[in-house]
Amino acid sequence: MTEIKYTRKDFVSDQEVKWCAGCGDYSILSAVTNALPEIGINKKDIVFVSGIGCSSRFPYYVDTYGIHGLHGRAAALASGVKVSHPHLSVWIATGDGDSMAIGGNHFIHLIRRNIDVNLILFNNEIYGLTKGQYSPTSPLGHVTKTSPHGTVEHPFKPAELVMGSEGTFFARVPDTNPKMMKEVFIEAAKHNGASIVEVLQNCVIFNNNTHEEITGKEVRDDHQIYLKHGEKMIFGAENNKGLVLEGLKLKVVTIGEDGYTLDDILVHNAKDKDATMHYLLGRMSLPEFPVAMGVIRAVDAAVYNDELEKQISNAKATSKIKNMNDLVNAGETFVL
Amino acid sequence: MATKANNVVEVDKVVVKFAGDSGDGMQLSGTQFSDTSAILGNDLATFPDFPSEIRAPQGTLAGVSGFQVHIGHTDIYTSGDDADVLVAMNPAALRYNMSHLKTGSTIIVDGDLFEPKNLKKAGYETNPLEDGSLSNYTVIAAPITSQTRTILKETGLDVKTMDKSRNQFAIGIVFYLLNRDMEEGAKFLAQKFKKKPELIDSNVLVMKGGHNYAHNLQLIHTTYRINPNLTKKGKYRNITGNVATAWGLMAAAERANLPLFLGSYPITPATEILAELAKFKNLGVKTFQAEDEIAGVMSAIGAAYAGSLAATSTAGPGLSLKSEALGLAVMTELPLVVVDVQRGGPSTGLPTKTEQSDLMQALYGRNGEAPMIVMAASSSSDCFHYAFHAAKISLEHMTPVILLTDSYLANGSELWQIPDINQLPEIKAPLVGENVEGGYKPYLRNEENLARYWAVPGQEGNQHRVGGLEKEDVTGSVSHNPHNHEKMVQLRAEKVRRAVVDVPNQELNGPEKGKLLVIGWGSTKGAIFTAWKQLFNEGKDIASACFNYIMPLPANTEEILSGYDQVLVCELNNGQFVNYLRMNFPNIKFTQFNKNQAQPFMVTELVQKFNEILEA
Ligand SMILES: Cc1ncc(C[n+]2csc(CCOP(=O)(O)OP(=O)(O)O)c2C)c(N)n1
Ligand code: SF4
Ligand SMILES: [Mg+2]
Repeated sequence: MTEIKYTRKDFVSDQEVKWCAGCGDYSILSAVTNALPEIGINKKDIVFVSGIGCSSRFPYYVDTYGIHGLHGRAAALASGVKVSHPHLSVWIATGDGDSMAIGGNHFIHLIRRNIDVNLILFNNEIYGLTKGQYSPTSPLGHVTKTSPHGTVEHPFKPAELVMGSEGTFFARVPDTNPKMMKEVFIEAAKHNGASIVEVLQNCVIFNNNTHEEITGKEVRDDHQIYLKHGEKMIFGAENNKGLVLEGLKLKVVTIGEDGYTLDDILVHNAKDKDATMHYLLGRMSLPEFPVAMGVIRAVDAAVYNDELEKQISNAKATSKIKNMNDLVNAGETFVL
Repeated sequence: MATKANNVVEVDKVVVKFAGDSGDGMQLSGTQFSDTSAILGNDLATFPDFPSEIRAPQGTLAGVSGFQVHIGHTDIYTSGDDADVLVAMNPAALRYNMSHLKTGSTIIVDGDLFEPKNLKKAGYETNPLEDGSLSNYTVIAAPITSQTRTILKETGLDVKTMDKSRNQFAIGIVFYLLNRDMEEGAKFLAQKFKKKPELIDSNVLVMKGGHNYAHNLQLIHTTYRINPNLTKKGKYRNITGNVATAWGLMAAAERANLPLFLGSYPITPATEILAELAKFKNLGVKTFQAEDEIAGVMSAIGAAYAGSLAATSTAGPGLSLKSEALGLAVMTELPLVVVDVQRGGPSTGLPTKTEQSDLMQALYGRNGEAPMIVMAASSSSDCFHYAFHAAKISLEHMTPVILLTDSYLANGSELWQIPDINQLPEIKAPLVGENVEGGYKPYLRNEENLARYWAVPGQEGNQHRVGGLEKEDVTGSVSHNPHNHEKMVQLRAEKVRRAVVDVPNQELNGPEKGKLLVIGWGSTKGAIFTAWKQLFNEGKDIASACFNYIMPLPANTEEILSGYDQVLVCELNNGQFVNYLRMNFPNIKFTQFNKNQAQPFMVTELVQKFNEILEA
């Protein structure tokens, strides 16, 4: 294949972008259009698929093929695109309502099947498009128009659903860090299998600053840990905090205090087939822990579309029936 | 030696019903009988009758399963009303089928099982073999179990295995009674037990035992012969509606030169379409067993967008779940074949039984103005033809199509004349080439049939986006413009109407004007045609027509409907097609005949109804 050199502009469509000013979706769009030139795929082979929501408008704004589906059904729609035409690079843009509520079922089954698509989950912990109702990721007690007294339901953590579905790739990024987003989208594209990237996205209108405790300039170094495969799990404004394992639990320690040295700090192994550690890392939350960012899990496993293609080529090679005429004349027939 | 039966009577048609416990091999006996009859040149149709429970307690009414075979010297259009010959492997099977027997029919039972325990399980207070309740029938109470065990005594087989051959003793009797070819029966067994050769000889032995028993039995004074049907010529195979549907889609994919994708979720009675297509990876067919019906249809829409011939198969409850997605297919103007194998409803209803009650759902069961092409197959074998044409119309007109079949067609089988696939019409989807000049416009249309042109991912330069939001004509940009919406609503409706060019004119049987026209649609065709023919041959003033294309209706529909004193619409629902016709043809007066028993029409009940009207 001839190498094509793209720039960001090649992926910007002619459609007017209609998100609210200041919406986190803009930075995600620009991180994606920045990442696409670097993944080395011809844009004729890229398809963006979405459900319904503010975030699901995404396909209109990328100059590739695209299909804007139904609320909750992006994963199923994308599965059909990829399984039928596996040479395509398939991306899903979806919201927390789209993929955690109405489409929760499709979300887990996409992951379980490990179909080679890249799913970007715009998690603003709110229903944006329908004007601010609580979502399955809204924190307990969240006050919205449909929960004027605060919600009485527990939120999902997307990471846990991914691990629980035997996911092969999970990453998390804040919409405030363009560089990290771009790096992670490239990693997601490289991974063969279902890649899930949760973006902590700000809805400036209906849930402003919901992630501020994690992403705010003042706190972000102490409240986030950027995990990188093969590197120590260190974080903090002074780069002196780290994670250790005590029994079956993670613990935050300060290097040089309480007898902890750099040697005690865990090394991140994103490729560990056993997801236990990834589960612990994925569910870390404030105030006890920093929130894990970066690629938390990226393991190789059989991929649905690859396995299907193998079965097809085996069957084609071994079967005597090569076309429909062979088939209709095979087996028991009667000449009258 | 006993006196031999020497009276051979030639008959046109015979209905044989095999009934027993799920484990009694009734499906096998039925197929053995129908296949060997096909070899003798008879026309035929079959229909299995399964209980909804997978393994209900042995010997009970709930556990009775059956397989009905209708064979004929003349053309056969249904699997038959009441049976001429019933094989009942236990008392429950007899009791279950008593109401579906012709007076004077022959009943073959396993006399060994008509003892207190099994009689009680079947709910008999007295033994029907002894209490005179069967005096209107010819009863052959053969000691099937004990004879089978005696025949197989020397084989060293265990009793359980021996008992599995009981059906062969019964088949031997049926073969004698109906003058079937024992050698073909044995060949069938050799083929069936290819992988368990130790069972071939034992089964053949038992079959011969049954045949000899019948031969020696004084009870059978008369045997019957059903001569070959000489109007049928050529190469045939026996095919069920579900298999024919699957093959029709595969043939369409081949003729369209497109990959076939089926997204589906198992549901009775549609599952075999998924299972059948799943076999053909060798032909590149892809099946995706989704997590639910919504994912089934959505994956198919994704595959269609990417350039497949895409289909989804389901039954009524699944069609309900797919409604919203069908609207998306209408809006994106993508080709999609939706097969709805109807069953008794509403809700879970009668999952294994047949009904025609999804018609309104197929026509109108979506939000918004969402017209779709709706067609219906009318026999097990013509499911192939209609699945093929559903795909052809969908691809050529760029619009989703619903194909209605039902449990009766899906599970029933009949002889299908094998076509030359290369002689089937070519299918030309309006695919564009790469780098469309002036830029690809997703909603630019063919002026004649209004189909939009189809670009698919992977093509250089044709990047575009589609979706469920209303789109501007030609460009495909999202549009909320009121006049554009008006225009698009009309365009989508007109596109469906214009598909009428690919709908053949409706056939009419009988006079163009007269006293009575009887109408049906879909799977009732065989019964209505048979009933019509009987009355027509008697010289009655009656015509009939059975519709396969419902939306759009054939161009000559109004012409056909006009000209009769009465138009009677017969259907297995509460009047869905008749109301649709009333809406379309307000000047014609329709009357209706509806059956809501989740059972096919019987020819006799139609004949009776038609006569009532003719004589009124
Ligand atoms: C079947 C159906 N139900 C409900 C809706 C209304 N609806 C549209 S988007 C949405 C929620 C969107 O929230 P999310 O997925 O988090 O996306 P966001 O707008 O926050 O990006 C809802 C409830 C719909 N379009 N379709
Ligand atoms: S409502 Fe919220 S999520 Fe939607 S575009 Fe506006 S800011 Fe973004
Ligand atoms: Mg949201």
